[in-house]
Amino acid sequence: MLKVLLSRLGQAALVMLVVSAISFVMFRFVGDPVSSMSRENASVEEKAELRRSLGLDQPVVVQYGRFLARTLSGDLGISYRNQRPVTQLIAERLPATLELVLVATILSLALGIPLGVLCALKPNGVAARLVQAFSLIGISTPTFVTGIVLILVFAVSLGWLPSFGRGQVVDLGWWSTGFLTLSGLKALILPGITLALYQLTLIMRLVRAEMIDVLSSDYIRFARARGLPRRYIHFHLALRNALMPVITVTGLQIGSLIAFAIVTETVFQWPGMGLLFIQAVSFVDIPVMAAYLLFVGLLFVLINTVVDILYAVVDPRLRARSA
Amino acid sequence: MSTLQPPVLAIDNLRVEYPLANGTTFTAVENASITIGPGEIHALVGESGAGKTTIGNAVMGLLEKPGRIAAGTIRIGGKPFDPVAGSAEGVVLGRDIGAVFQDPMTSLNPLFTIESQLTETMRTHLKLDKAAARARALQLLKAVGIPEPERRLKAYPHQLSGGQRQRVVIAAALSCDPKLVVADEPTTALDVSVQAQILTLLRDLADQRGIGILLVTHNMGVVAQIADRVTIMHRGKVVETGPTAEVLRRPKAPYAKALIGAVPRIDVRLDRFPVLGEEGKGRAAEARAALRAKAERTDATTDGTPILAVEDLCVDYMTGGWLPGSTGHRFRAVDKVNFTVRSGEVFGLVGESGCGKTTIANVVSGLVRPTSGRVIYRDKVIAGEGTVRRIGPLRQAIQMIFQDPYSSLNSRLRIGSILAEPILFYRLAATKAEAERDVGQLIEAVGLEAEAAQRFPHAFSGGQRQRLSIARALGARPKLIVCDEPTSSLDVSVQAQILNLLKDLRDATGLTLLLISHDLAVVRQMCDRIAVMRRGALVEEAASETLFTCPQHPYTKELISLVPTLDRIRGETHAA
Repeated sequence: MLKVLLSRLGQAALVMLVVSAISFVMFRFVGDPVSSMSRENASVEEKAELRRSLGLDQPVVVQYGRFLARTLSGDLGISYRNQRPVTQLIAERLPATLELVLVATILSLALGIPLGVLCALKPNGVAARLVQAFSLIGISTPTFVTGIVLILVFAVSLGWLPSFGRGQVVDLGWWSTGFLTLSGLKALILPGITLALYQLTLIMRLVRAEMIDVLSSDYIRFARARGLPRRYIHFHLALRNALMPVITVTGLQIGSLIAFAIVTETVFQWPGMGLLFIQAVSFVDIPVMAAYLLFVGLLFVLINTVVDILYAVVDPRLRARSA
Repeated sequence: MSTLQPPVLAIDNLRVEYPLANGTTFTAVENASITIGPGEIHALVGESGAGKTTIGNAVMGLLEKPGRIAAGTIRIGGKPFDPVAGSAEGVVLGRDIGAVFQDPMTSLNPLFTIESQLTETMRTHLKLDKAAARARALQLLKAVGIPEPERRLKAYPHQLSGGQRQRVVIAAALSCDPKLVVADEPTTALDVSVQAQILTLLRDLADQRGIGILLVTHNMGVVAQIADRVTIMHRGKVVETGPTAEVLRRPKAPYAKALIGAVPRIDVRLDRFPVLGEEGKGRAAEARAALRAKAERTDATTDGTPILAVEDLCVDYMTGGWLPGSTGHRFRAVDKVNFTVRSGEVFGLVGESGCGKTTIANVVSGLVRPTSGRVIYRDKVIAGEGTVRRIGPLRQAIQMIFQDPYSSLNSRLRIGSILAEPILFYRLAATKAEAERDVGQLIEAVGLEAEAAQRFPHAFSGGQRQRLSIARALGARPKLIVCDEPTSSLDVSVQAQILNLLKDLRDATGLTLLLISHDLAVVRQMCDRIAVMRRGALVEEAASETLFTCPQHPYTKELISLVPTLDRIRGETHAA
């Protein structure tokens, strides 16, 4: 297990090195930061001075080395637009996105798994057919449409829920949470549903397909032949086998939810990472974009590693192979 | 056996139907009647599709939808089976009826421990608490002969061998003291030595605990060894039933005679296998003569000179350890194996699963690289140090026939395209029309009709597909065909046809065959010389007749003695 973990970490480091190189190249070659930072009528001397102060006059290798050293020490540079450390900006925005993703993931798992099981057990029932039809809608409607429709119904017409922002947040150290106030919780509902919808249908369909597969397997037939109660066979035995691929997909989906919740965050003006990134793109705020790239890379590497470990926990065959 | 107790199972005129989509019904079982007393083993035999498994499922109430019991009665321990409830009154599946399935590799859930899978049944039916169930599970594992039962309880299925898993499955089936056990092909997936142990175990259970066993199998040897009575089924109908010795010695129904005759015999070598039904004749002979003529044109020498030499062959597999610098475990699959195949002969390689025989086949056909040693074809090294690249004639000379005819033909190509592939690839035909004619000839040579070329693989049965695989191998005009278990997934009667076909083709075209099999009877019927393998090493090599009449190595003797045969019929040794 330790060996696998170590080699995983080694691979992770390699991936991150490549990502950092790409992120660095972005700094260097996407537009000239000096011209986008300085005033339009700045003199050549002023520009040269700025270039020197940013270290852009050094050889590429030296610049990359410095970039790596700074990145490792947690310094991701200063946002061109906000003139504030990028690390700080991300730390401010991260809690909002993470809380939104947490709600969306819990929602999609809590609804997706039971619905998937229902569809697998009674594939021709009325409920299963309705759920299937609904899932088609869920998987084919773009996120922004869902978001706008929800806002229209629940915020504009009914006025039950807020249409934008996080509501009131409580600061716990550097983490600001919306879980502790009523308005914060209310604000999470609509974007949470919007973000969860696609995941929900994906997980539901996956669980359904896996479950149908597992139910026709020999070991489930054998469990039936031993006269075990149906409930026990379905929910204790079969579901566990069916959830194996769900772990992978959920893991990867959490990654893409955090990284690409952009559309939802834009629709609901959610002050998260996605919104930060969109603003960075429109202002060619390269340090923020580069940091975002690094962050997303790190996120996926971490999640994949966690998924691998989870697999070993759930599936004893993998444990033995690596022991 | 006469007792006052009611029979554990009494099936009377059972009829099972499957309604089909087009409104008609398919009758899987018709007018089947079977009675099993306490302590009796009743074998249900027949080819695939005969309806024997359906009867087992009907008894357990596990018929696949939309199958239903259309007529007849099933009584379990005297109580009538209620088709609506799916069980007999007061009879609980798992408590009163135990089940053992064919494949021990898949009948245990890989994610749960042996303990959890053994105890859940007892906790459900006997309402035992955790400790009591565990204690009983330990007893059961001891009873079925699993070493170190305490340790095995905590193990997961993949940590046990196939034989051990089947014992666990049997232990689970016995856990609540059932009166009846339905065993569906319980030893088909196992090696002969493990099979012998499991069969002894089943026999002991019947004798000592008075359990009635419905044994579904296609293996006549197994029937002869442990069954008290036997019922032979054909296309859903019972064709013959009676005491084992009587049915096997003096079968009355023509089908029963043919089925028993088709079983490859380990005791004598026959010229041909008796077969059921007609075989391709006439045109097939013509087509084969044409194939031979073509083979001569390339360069056929069937003079008994060495064609393939395996020298000091070793193959290691690495497991784990893919971090740079770590070595992992080295597993030696093939250990210093030497043998020579002479041209024109059938050379057999036998051994139990995991002995390395398939690995050798893969090395010969270039699918696996040897760790050391070499394989020489004619005078060229084709594997190991100094290997020449397998191009053109060299690659063409060695072809392969695989075990599973269902997965070895591409289901999206027509038979014509599949068979034309080697012909076109090796440029054996000048024009497309000539290639088409060759394909037709190949199909006829393996005893099918030439218009098979227009159809897709799914239109053919397993036996027919295996014929087509053989035709594909022949299409390249090889000198040597490596056959890896060519008949082990086929019914006996089909197996007999395929083996006859291989024999005929060998005689007609002067092929050399390297036949890999775990079935000693098949090997005896087919091979001129045989090598026996055990744990990667060759333990004995001899001419076929010598090997069976006076085996030298103890392992060979053991293997031969373990094969269930029709000579040792239970009824005769016990009751005569």
